[in-house]
Amino acid sequence: MLLEVRDLHVEFHTRDGVAKAVNGVNYSVAEGETLAVLGESGSGKSVTAQAVMGILDMPPGRISGGEILFKDRDLLKLKADERRRIRGQEMAMIFQDALSSLNPVLSVGQQLGEMFVVHRGMSRGDARAKAIELMDRVRIPAARERVGDFPHQFSGGMRQRIMIAMAMALEPSLIIADEPTTALDVTVQAQVMDLLAELQRELNMGLILITHDLGVVADVADKIAVMYAGRIVETSPVHEIYQAPAHPYTKGLLRSIPRLDQKGQELYAIKGLPPNLLHIPPGCAFHPRCPMAQAVCRTDVPPLYTVDEERRSACHFWKETLDAR
Amino acid sequence: MPEQKPWDETTGSGAISGAGAGGGMDLAMDEGTTLEKTPGGPEGTGPAGKPRSLWSDAWRDLRRNPVFIISSLVILFLVVISIWPSLIADQDPLDCDLSKAQEGSQPGHPFGFDGQGCDVYTRTVYGARTSVTVGVLSTLGVSLLGGVLGGLAGFFGRGWDAVLSRITDVFFGIPVVLGGLVFLSVVTSSTVWPVIGFIVLLGWPQIARIARGSVITAKQNDYVQAARALGASNSRMMLRHIMPNAIAPVIVVATIALGTYISLEATLSYLGVGLKPPAVSWGIDISAASQYVRNAPHMLLWPAGALAVTVLAFIMLGDAVRDALDPKLR
Amino acid sequence: MGRYVIRRLLQMIPVFFGTTLLIFLMVNVMGDPIAGLCGDRQCDPATAAQLRTEFGLDKPVWQQYLTYMGNIFTGDFGTAFNGQKVTELMATAFPITIRLTVVAIVFEIVIGISLGVVTGLRRGRPVDTVVLILTLVVIAVPTFVTGLLLQLLLGVEWGIIKPSVSSEAPVDELIVPGLVLASVSLAYVTRLTRTSIAENARADYVRTAVAKGLPRRRVVVRHLLRNSLIPVVTFIGTDVGALMGGAIVTERIFNIHGVGYQLYQGILRQNSQTVVGFVTVLVLVFLAANLIVDLLYAVLDPRIRYA
Repeated sequence: MLLEVRDLHVEFHTRDGVAKAVNGVNYSVAEGETLAVLGESGSGKSVTAQAVMGILDMPPGRISGGEILFKDRDLLKLKADERRRIRGQEMAMIFQDALSSLNPVLSVGQQLGEMFVVHRGMSRGDARAKAIELMDRVRIPAARERVGDFPHQFSGGMRQRIMIAMAMALEPSLIIADEPTTALDVTVQAQVMDLLAELQRELNMGLILITHDLGVVADVADKIAVMYAGRIVETSPVHEIYQAPAHPYTKGLLRSIPRLDQKGQELYAIKGLPPNLLHIPPGCAFHPRCPMAQAVCRTDVPPLYTVDEERRSACHFWKETLDAR
Repeated sequence: MPEQKPWDETTGSGAISGAGAGGGMDLAMDEGTTLEKTPGGPEGTGPAGKPRSLWSDAWRDLRRNPVFIISSLVILFLVVISIWPSLIADQDPLDCDLSKAQEGSQPGHPFGFDGQGCDVYTRTVYGARTSVTVGVLSTLGVSLLGGVLGGLAGFFGRGWDAVLSRITDVFFGIPVVLGGLVFLSVVTSSTVWPVIGFIVLLGWPQIARIARGSVITAKQNDYVQAARALGASNSRMMLRHIMPNAIAPVIVVATIALGTYISLEATLSYLGVGLKPPAVSWGIDISAASQYVRNAPHMLLWPAGALAVTVLAFIMLGDAVRDALDPKLR
Repeated sequence: MGRYVIRRLLQMIPVFFGTTLLIFLMVNVMGDPIAGLCGDRQCDPATAAQLRTEFGLDKPVWQQYLTYMGNIFTGDFGTAFNGQKVTELMATAFPITIRLTVVAIVFEIVIGISLGVVTGLRRGRPVDTVVLILTLVVIAVPTFVTGLLLQLLLGVEWGIIKPSVSSEAPVDELIVPGLVLASVSLAYVTRLTRTSIAENARADYVRTAVAKGLPRRRVVVRHLLRNSLIPVVTFIGTDVGALMGGAIVTERIFNIHGVGYQLYQGILRQNSQTVVGFVTVLVLVFLAANLIVDLLYAVLDPRIRYA
């Protein structure tokens, strides 16, 4: 198993209290496998990823428990310098907004080449050649002419490709993509996702795809983990979850996708708002918004029940949810 | 073009920017901050569930900030003795006895005497009145003139904005102390009005720029667009939606500017072109005292100390208010 | 880039005319331009009338303005109070003030930026608080007070420096005056650098740099500093004007015979030729500095270049 996150807990100390952003998350990714992590804002999906990468802001943030096993080593027990060496070389991350995530005053060639200069000790000239190669690989037209251009001179889609190029420059074993297509147009989204999938196949990388968009996930992912209020509420191989969700939250998410045959009907939305992480509701965190909530939901935190061999659901009434389809 | 935030005016160091003169620059200028929470817009709920706005948050922080409390008390004290100097000084600042010139402290005259035999303590106390008057009136004038012109330029944009920008450029091209020397040297009156007038003349562009910037930022908020779509008139949008939000940076800058104007008046008086005797000003006293510094340093130190404390109080106040209003600095 | 340069140059033109007009109006229309030309006394009516015709003061104001502008372009600034040509006075005064200003700028850059970087990276720690308080005090206390105090302490009480600078003003005598001149600007540079660094440290591109596994030093120097110093550099450029204003005060305190001194003498003796001449040149220098800063900004920040 390439990556295994075990019972991870992350909290943030703010002036208003302690925000529990991640509350006992477990997931795993194998080589060549794509895990999609789904959830709304505030579900903890990005924080988990940042904890894996080791780029959390450590005051206010604090990892209060758990293990992150990468290639059988617990990253949380490593020294800062060892962790730094893993970053960029063995695991890499792609961010949502490529414009703000790229340094505005350095050329893309410099930013791409930096990976080779720092981690491989290459000369600037060689690194530049590598940068052009990478830009070609992610299909940026006229790479040689544009290697000296700056991020703001590229379109959104091309910028995202540059980020992808930067991430896979040193052929890492794991890539984490945090909402890579959210800021892009639908057609460009498809192109970028295709590129990611292609590169993943070629290099046999593990891919964690963080998103709130169920549509994107269907094509690319092997398995899905749905997160809510810092916990995993459902995990499943990708196709089964669309046909038969086993958790009311997942069900609600699927129902919220607008469909073409819904003309004239009101759009569905899960009632209520995501919880304030400073005051997570007791019992099942979703109970205030759940159409199936009963008394037990208000008091007992549901564990991840086994639905079948590959599926888990953190709902006391997963059976009823499954059957109600 | 990277966004210009309301307080981020790093180009154009401002007409009132005689750094070397202590006429000072816009402190708020150097902190590129912007207000992201807006009072009239969407409000989050605090832990107790009460609606929170920018202003109530700011006040909560200020109440607990020792810097704010201390500087407010100092300013309150200064304002009180400006209005009623006789509360703590029972003599006449102009009642001088040459035979006592340069003598040190004596009973009844805790700060000693200056070069003309005037009581330094009394002069220092009365000097506060001058400084506070000049500071407050100048700031009011600058804020009104600059705020209105800048706000209108920001609101209506295009032509007005271009004209305002060129005009402010012209004023920014004149270093303040220089301008003061030239402008005030031809003036013969010894009242505060020429000085105030000059400060307003050269100071309004700085406030105008801030006001313009913050109005432009406030204008772009969604709820302003919504108001416009609902048919709100220009004046209604300006007064009810834009102004409450745009006014905060102006208040911060104006408070800090007040401190710098006091400093500027003292500098100009020191150079001999500001206030002149029989007006009582710390700048005049410091200027006169600088010749006797070897023998009678007390003549210099007391008014200089009072001046420093006063300017510091205003600037610290402005700083504290700015920190309270800026959520990003938490 | 070329378009940007041309646009800035064109914008300079109305500003140049506006500023010179303002100076002209302040001096010639508000005051009495020929006062002081007859030594310390008032001129007798016949001489006064003669002088007026000689200086074209009987002509309409707009014509006087044109003559003034013409004089600027030919470099003729007239005669000073002691009979010397104003341009001669400038030739001795400007080098001294330039030396003083250079010393000040060096202090501003070296001390200001270093302190700013250190405190920006260590916000909230004791070093930060101490520096913040110090800078606040320096900004609040007017420069002439700082100058007088330092003169008192270092020059009079402890005798480390000469309280008055000699007339040739060599660089070593200008160190303390330079520090005084730089003090407020230095404090601003420190605060500006600190804020810029603190803000940029939270930026997305810094997070990316860390995610790339770059060593901390490289992240700070190559990514953080390069972006953070842009507003600081431009500030220092525009600060030239403030330094010019401050030079007047500093020169008076330490008795330095630079531009400020000459200007002050000109005002004291009501010699408007000197005043107008020096002020005009100073303002031109300031406008030029502003222009250079705008261009520098474009060089440092590629987003402006290709806007």
